[in-house]
Amino acid sequence: MNNALLAAAPPTAPHALASNSVSRIMLTVVATLVPATLYGFWLYGWPAIDLWLVTLLAALFGEAACLKLAGRQALPELFDGSALLTGWLLAVSLPPWAPWWIGVMGGLFATVLGKQVFGGLGFNLFNPAMVARVFLLISFPVHMTVWVAPLPITAVTAPGFHDGLLILLNGIPRLDAVSSATLLGFAKTELSRGIDLMHSLAAVTAPGSSLAGARTGSLGESASFLIAAGGLVLLFLRVITWHIPVAMVAGIALPAAIAHAVDPARYLDVTTHLLSGGAMLGAFFIATDYVTSPNTKVGQLVFGTGCGLLTYVIRTWGGYPEGVAFAVLLMNALTPVIDRYIRPRILGRNWRGAPLDPDVERAKS
Amino acid sequence: MGLFEKFLHTLALPRWGVHPDDHKRPAADAPLRLLPLPARLYVPLQQHVGQPGRPIVLVGQKVLKGQLIAEPQGRISAPIHAPTSGIVAAIGEITAPHPSGLPFNAITIESDGDDRAIEARVPSDPFALSPEEITDLVAAAGVVGLGGATFPSSVKLALGKRTRITTLIVNGGECEPYLSCDDRVMRDFAAAVIDGVRIMMHAMGAIEALVGIEDNKPESIAAMRKAAVPFPEIKLRPVPSRYPMGSDRQLIQTLTGKEVPSDCRAADVGVIVNNVSTANAVHRAIRLGEPLIRRIVTINGGAVWQPGNILAPVGTLASDLLAFAGLKSEPARLLMGGPMMGIVLPHAQVPIVKGTAGILALAENEIVMPEASPCIRCGNCTRACPIGLLPLEMAANIRVDNLSGAAALGLSDCISCGCCAYICPSHIPLVQYFTHAKGELWSQERSKLRLDASKRLAADRAERLTRETKEKAAAGARRKAERAAQKAEAATAAAEADSSTETAT
Amino acid sequence: MIAAIVSLTLLGAVLGLGLGIAARKFAVETDPLIGDIEAMMPGSNCGQCGQPGCAGAARAIAARTVPVTCCPPGGKALAAVLAAKLGITLDLTSVVDEGPKLAQVAEETCIGCCRCLKVCPTDAIVGAAKQIHNVIREACTGCGNCVERCPTEAVSLKPVPVTLQHWVWPKPGLMAPA
Repeated sequence: MNNALLAAAPPTAPHALASNSVSRIMLTVVATLVPATLYGFWLYGWPAIDLWLVTLLAALFGEAACLKLAGRQALPELFDGSALLTGWLLAVSLPPWAPWWIGVMGGLFATVLGKQVFGGLGFNLFNPAMVARVFLLISFPVHMTVWVAPLPITAVTAPGFHDGLLILLNGIPRLDAVSSATLLGFAKTELSRGIDLMHSLAAVTAPGSSLAGARTGSLGESASFLIAAGGLVLLFLRVITWHIPVAMVAGIALPAAIAHAVDPARYLDVTTHLLSGGAMLGAFFIATDYVTSPNTKVGQLVFGTGCGLLTYVIRTWGGYPEGVAFAVLLMNALTPVIDRYIRPRILGRNWRGAPLDPDVERAKS
Repeated sequence: MGLFEKFLHTLALPRWGVHPDDHKRPAADAPLRLLPLPARLYVPLQQHVGQPGRPIVLVGQKVLKGQLIAEPQGRISAPIHAPTSGIVAAIGEITAPHPSGLPFNAITIESDGDDRAIEARVPSDPFALSPEEITDLVAAAGVVGLGGATFPSSVKLALGKRTRITTLIVNGGECEPYLSCDDRVMRDFAAAVIDGVRIMMHAMGAIEALVGIEDNKPESIAAMRKAAVPFPEIKLRPVPSRYPMGSDRQLIQTLTGKEVPSDCRAADVGVIVNNVSTANAVHRAIRLGEPLIRRIVTINGGAVWQPGNILAPVGTLASDLLAFAGLKSEPARLLMGGPMMGIVLPHAQVPIVKGTAGILALAENEIVMPEASPCIRCGNCTRACPIGLLPLEMAANIRVDNLSGAAALGLSDCISCGCCAYICPSHIPLVQYFTHAKGELWSQERSKLRLDASKRLAADRAERLTRETKEKAAAGARRKAERAAQKAEAATAAAEADSSTETAT
Repeated sequence: MIAAIVSLTLLGAVLGLGLGIAARKFAVETDPLIGDIEAMMPGSNCGQCGQPGCAGAARAIAARTVPVTCCPPGGKALAAVLAAKLGITLDLTSVVDEGPKLAQVAEETCIGCCRCLKVCPTDAIVGAAKQIHNVIREACTGCGNCVERCPTEAVSLKPVPVTLQHWVWPKPGLMAPA
């Protein structure tokens, strides 16, 4: 026996590992976002591409700077893909033609204040992308609510590469010419003006709600169908489980169905609710963030339902037309509580943790 | 398999566990080989749970194969027999098959090459014997659970006396990747296993036996089914291949639907689980009078030239087995047991024991061990845990030395199966956290007991000291009183004398 | 403005008065903690902590003048329960547990003087005059009283060797995340 042998910890079982890793998970999620993002690029052209790039770079820079400051090896953690995913999720939730500094501030805020100050990956309480989005929405309400109608990149009037850069640098040139409103925002404004949905949505000025996704909004909103498809791929690959998405969709759909049935002039229908705003992006990509969601199945059902209900409540009765980001952040805050009180049943114990009765088990055949 | 069938198959899987690559073939299909008798055997005194055996032979003494060389000590213990004939060369410390590389005691036997066995008495009909007699024979043969726990089998059999056992579950799960020794036993000795099962059923009074075999071993299932045909009370039950199906509680739940309460043993719900190799050992002990002195060991891994199963005497060095199977390359890691729960061997000069199912010599490409990264709370570990624990929360508690917090989350229920660490995308050494915490809690418990004991001793001493001072004082007082009395007596005597002289004068 | 100042001053005065009265009325003469702590201590009064016996150590611990980790025979386990009792968060990794040490008698130099027997707080040494003494390992607390008393330096404290039964798997490296 030598002391060196005792001092070094021997390798522990298991000696086999599943071929999975954090970066593989992150990159899989990013990959499922790609189709929706590309579709968004096609719809909104060069300004959207530029903003996306700027946001991503800012998020990565924030992460790298923090890791450097913390004296950690920046490279492996930078390339685990988590900062990339955070930046990406933020980018697809921004107004596509927002100026560059929106993307830069958002990206930096997401990784620096949303994640690294908590201790980095795995320690943040709130979803970094949504923290940044809410920060931007509250700080720059005007820039964050100026939307443009889809103007496919192939269209003659679409800004080219050069114009795209100008839009990125200086903002939208002739605001009223291209600006539009999201369906949720439009509905809310019209309702507040006393025009009910029957009339406002039938008007010619109403933003399109084409099912194919060519609707005003962020990249993630316009491509709701592709986002949902990406989410289904994640489900199939078992990167996420069905609990949070299903619960969140149900949390939005059920109250929407009931309210719409009661008063269609006052409340939007289920399809509009599910395809508008960040509902799909939230259900499949935002709320399912591992770090900030509960880790038991029941807990996830509670969490998802909470996200859905809060989204509906904020959209319908709140001051903002869209509520996914707020709903997710509120439920993030509840995650530790949910995890504390909802725990799986341990084999051989009841839900309260007391051992089972052997006589009852003996009687089973 | 069609997509739909695959889907149905997935639905039928238990909702716990993992499915590692099994790596069982081609080793499982290679015919069983017999190891040529090694020149020296190192027979450890501790090959079972409980107290180590106490050697009853002397250095230089001649022993025969099957002769008792160490007797059991205490209630939970097992005797050790000489695996071959020869001379006791030494009794002393050798490196234990343990990751720490610490030594333990063993009897070294220098083989004389004759392999001459001691004469065995064999009962003509085991079913005419009483359960107690069978239990005693099994105890005398040193049979222990060969599934890995190495719990003395006789103690388990005797449970039938204390509580009513209805079902004997025969564990042919062998869910650990790479290992195929149980598979080989079932394929080659199916009749012996079934006979052992019947003897055990007789000993514990069970009315039925369920043989659970993972469905990745169709040859075993076929062989065992054929051997069990004459005995309707023995039922073959293929189970889905899912790690850790071979764990007691999981197999019991899968086969009977019963859940063993966390503070109870399986016997408390009327079930006892025994491994197929144990059944084979019981058969040999009762029918042939052969104590447990050899077993089938799987030699496998990327560094092994001819992977397969080898019948070897207990006490054979792992290096002898590896030399017999041949090494392609220097193994990157040596394991005793499977890759999920097996232990790292400090080197190959350690003996195999009764519970050794396999020696794995893994090549460099089989043990990619990436650096651990932070927990992303993905929850894969909680979904994989067959017990329903929260490995990520427990590890977070242990990391900051909050052992009681981890215990409150159910650390004591953890079976160290390794599913959580296997599935963890961050490669966190979860099992090491748990083994460390369990050991630390146990050693704290022990020092607390020690503290209580010394407190008692100190109190006893204080009491003794006061008693002694009191007794001393009492004795002093008594002596004083005696002296005073003597003085007084002397004084009165003197006075009397005075008065008498006075009167005399 | 005036009203706010007056009302806040009044409020402060009333609350302060209440606190003062409560402090007088519910004052605790002796710390009940001392008794509790003393009950937790080994009770062998070995003096390794530098305090006059276990009762003295309990007083000092209750007064927070010595750390809860002061008791070598108690080790980590005692430190942990004391910390829990006092509501201190304790980083047990910083507790240098050198591992238990036990007294051992060197048979060649022991002269059988019986001096060590008398100072052993747990009666862990057996022997008689002119006979070689021996330590009962299960009873020894490793306090070292006997070491000082031995005229021939035959008694010494030896670390208990790590055996298979005592070996604990080390904690994953501190840099390892969880």
